[in-house]
Amino acid sequence: MALLELTDVHAGYGAIKALHGVSVSVEPGSIVAILGANGAGKTTTLRSISGMVKSAGRITFDGKEITNHKPEDIARRGIAHVPEGRGTLAQLTVWENLQMGAYVRRDRRRVKQDYDRVMEYFPWMGRRRDQVAALLSGGEQQMLAIGRALMMAPRLLLLDEPSLGLAPIVIREIFEIVGTISKEQDLTVLIVEQNANLALRAAQRAYVLEVGRVVLEGPAAELARHESVRKSYLGQ
Amino acid sequence: MIELVAGNPVQAFVQQVVSGLASGAVYASLALSLVLIYRAMDVANFAQGEMAMFSTFIAYALITGFHLPYLIAFALTIAISFGGGVLIERVVIRPFEGSSVLTLVIVTLALFSIVNGTAGLIWGYVFKTFDSPFQFGAVHFQGLYIGYQDLGIIGVTLVVLALVFVFFRYTKLGLAMRAASLYPEASRLLGVRTGWMLAFGWGISAAVGAVSGMMIAPVVFLDPGFMQPVLLFAFVGAVLGGIESPLGAVVGGVLVGVLLALLGTYVPGGENLRIAMGLVVIVAVLLIKPAGLFGRSEVRRV
Amino acid sequence: MNARVAGFPIYTLVMAGVALIVFIGIPLTTNSFQTFQFANVAAFVIAIVGLNILTGYSGQISLGNGAFMAVGGYTTALLAAKWPLPFIGFVPYGYTIPLAGLVAALLGFLIGIPALRLRGIYLALATFALALAVTPVLNNYDGFTGGHAGVFLKSATPPFGLDLSNDQWLYFMCWAIAAILYVPAFLMLRSRTGRAWMAIRDSETAAVSSGISLAYYKTLAFGISAFYAGIAGSLFVINNAYVDPDSYSLALSLTLLIGLVIGGLANVWGPILGGLLVVWLPYFAEKSAGFRLGPISLGGKPDIEFGIVLILIVFFAPNGLTGLIGRGIRWYRSKRDAGRGAAPLPAPAVLEEATQGGEPSEIIG
Repeated sequence: MALLELTDVHAGYGAIKALHGVSVSVEPGSIVAILGANGAGKTTTLRSISGMVKSAGRITFDGKEITNHKPEDIARRGIAHVPEGRGTLAQLTVWENLQMGAYVRRDRRRVKQDYDRVMEYFPWMGRRRDQVAALLSGGEQQMLAIGRALMMAPRLLLLDEPSLGLAPIVIREIFEIVGTISKEQDLTVLIVEQNANLALRAAQRAYVLEVGRVVLEGPAAELARHESVRKSYLGQ
Repeated sequence: MIELVAGNPVQAFVQQVVSGLASGAVYASLALSLVLIYRAMDVANFAQGEMAMFSTFIAYALITGFHLPYLIAFALTIAISFGGGVLIERVVIRPFEGSSVLTLVIVTLALFSIVNGTAGLIWGYVFKTFDSPFQFGAVHFQGLYIGYQDLGIIGVTLVVLALVFVFFRYTKLGLAMRAASLYPEASRLLGVRTGWMLAFGWGISAAVGAVSGMMIAPVVFLDPGFMQPVLLFAFVGAVLGGIESPLGAVVGGVLVGVLLALLGTYVPGGENLRIAMGLVVIVAVLLIKPAGLFGRSEVRRV
Repeated sequence: MNARVAGFPIYTLVMAGVALIVFIGIPLTTNSFQTFQFANVAAFVIAIVGLNILTGYSGQISLGNGAFMAVGGYTTALLAAKWPLPFIGFVPYGYTIPLAGLVAALLGFLIGIPALRLRGIYLALATFALALAVTPVLNNYDGFTGGHAGVFLKSATPPFGLDLSNDQWLYFMCWAIAAILYVPAFLMLRSRTGRAWMAIRDSETAAVSSGISLAYYKTLAFGISAFYAGIAGSLFVINNAYVDPDSYSLALSLTLLIGLVIGGLANVWGPILGGLLVVWLPYFAEKSAGFRLGPISLGGKPDIEFGIVLILIVFFAPNGLTGLIGRGIRWYRSKRDAGRGAAPLPAPAVLEEATQGGEPSEIIG
């Protein structure tokens, strides 16, 4: 059974509709990518899932309906959304950001374990614990956002354009880490990306959105070979 | 504040400064209340002074009506004020989440009216005396007389401010409140119930305001309007120190207290001009450096 | 119902006729005190029209228009009863009125200049301080202002030997001035100036990029608003034949804002409803001293009632009473038109924003 299921979801901002009946399915333990150009509705899809935007249609997580629930309740169910811009708590320190990731958790021992694991993935964070997050580089902030999400012990990770504004070498590093984390922790990941290349390589399955509709879906490898995808999104 | 004549101008000056520090402490705590809410909501709570006034009247009722010892009345008042602040946020403010600045200003002004009127209704407009918990008298130190009253006010305020600081810096809830106040969207995605964080913020502000009121009440007479000038000077202090900075609020409040004390002593007619001076300071700060002494000159989203 | 006479729908003419009859009837049928109160209503209406221009149309929050009323009021009082001018002696009331307006306007312009740099809540704070500063400053310079004791004036008497009581005369005079002042306000708001103000209110950056001079229009709003407030202050003093510093507490400035909001922001007729409300609600509150809510008597406490009404209005009817009436009229008209077979508008199939609200940039993102 799919961990996350979107069925015919419509969503928008006031009079401007961004999604016109989007259906997405994410199997547990997999990495799924959503591709599309600016304005295609990728970010809106994630915001729909995490409850930030009012939606019509049906969104279920682990079989239970979560459509239009409050973001804080959805987060507590185990969905970690790293938003566009990373949502860094800029004036707080690295340590405080990570602590906030564990805000809803009660199991202190596990939290400690998760913290140690995050330190393993991102060793530099231990050294820069007390640094104010605003002073981190873009790539470091992205890593911090991911680390913070991990502290939530989520079952589903939503990543909104992790590559935005980052240097290619950093992007590659981040995608590698995400792939590793997903495998090691059996974490389901839904990535929204403009950078189709890396996304298709990291993911098992992908969707292509255009103007709020799914125009293409399938195994990532197949999509990577697909004619129109190669022309529009892979620059070939 | 006890104003005893000291032996020489330096001593007189020092005494005025101490007196100013005491009133400054009162302005500082109310200013802190204002800043806490401002950071979370981008709105100044014009009713903060009236809420503090109401709390002080509650303390008065507990002491004179129920004959509770001061310390118990003090603690109880703080608890009641906290609850009242939470209640007000949930009932009156929450419906206006996301409204325009003008709307929120009007709501807090309406609250101002209601609280003021209610206090008048319950306790009337006759001036009452509020007994000081600090004994009458002064510390005699190298020719200086420093009143116990002033020292007491400064001491209590320091303790309260320290507690607030520790709470926000070192507790999980305090951290969550900071995060929710500065980054509400991101915090919600982390599972923080931002609505309740705001309510607790109002609760803490109300509690700190109650302390402010109870500290100054013995000095001025108790009537429904007694916190209005205090509110103004708290605003002046908050603006001076930086309306987005809690530390700034405290420093600003203290500075204002000292400045006003000196103004009252050294400028003829200074007493009546205090409020006018407050106006001048506010306008000057907002023109020269709107972010205040400790504020960041942030680029605001238009 | 669609018949017209002289270009105006019958409906409007009938309403105007009724209003005129009521207007003239009031001073002839009510007692002296009530007539006096209605004269005060006129003064409040003028002040609220001024505040409407500043806050309702140009979006500058002012909690301090009471200060302008104080300037106007004291101008009248001092010229008419305390400081005789060389050669002229005391200035007759009538001449002090425009002077009061001008002096207040001057202060308004002066305040408007630093106010250019203040936004939203900061402007509210600064004007709040202004309102609080009035009474102590007036008290302090008591040699000039007469201080705490105030200034007494002789009651105004009807000129030309008209057969009216003092109160009736004041009533007609105040309303005449209100009507006269309504015209330029109305015209201004309809003109390019009014549109510029509203543009500024809605978005300053957009206004600037349209070539609107913020400095000019914003200070203009302050000056005009102060002018109206000054005249209102002057009329109050003439009505009451007395002025003192305590008349100009913070409560006065708040009362103006409350009247404006409840009457209806940025609405031409709002100030009239607002003026009526702020004068008569406290009066009825006093009278209803027997009105009880459980063990608490709500009578005599206008503050509480004002506060509650204000919150309810801002929540349920952000456009004030005039907004409610407007909605009522539209509802009535739509029912009437539906009966005639006009197709009702289809319900828009629009999704609402979540409470967090979406920013348009999300669409691009």
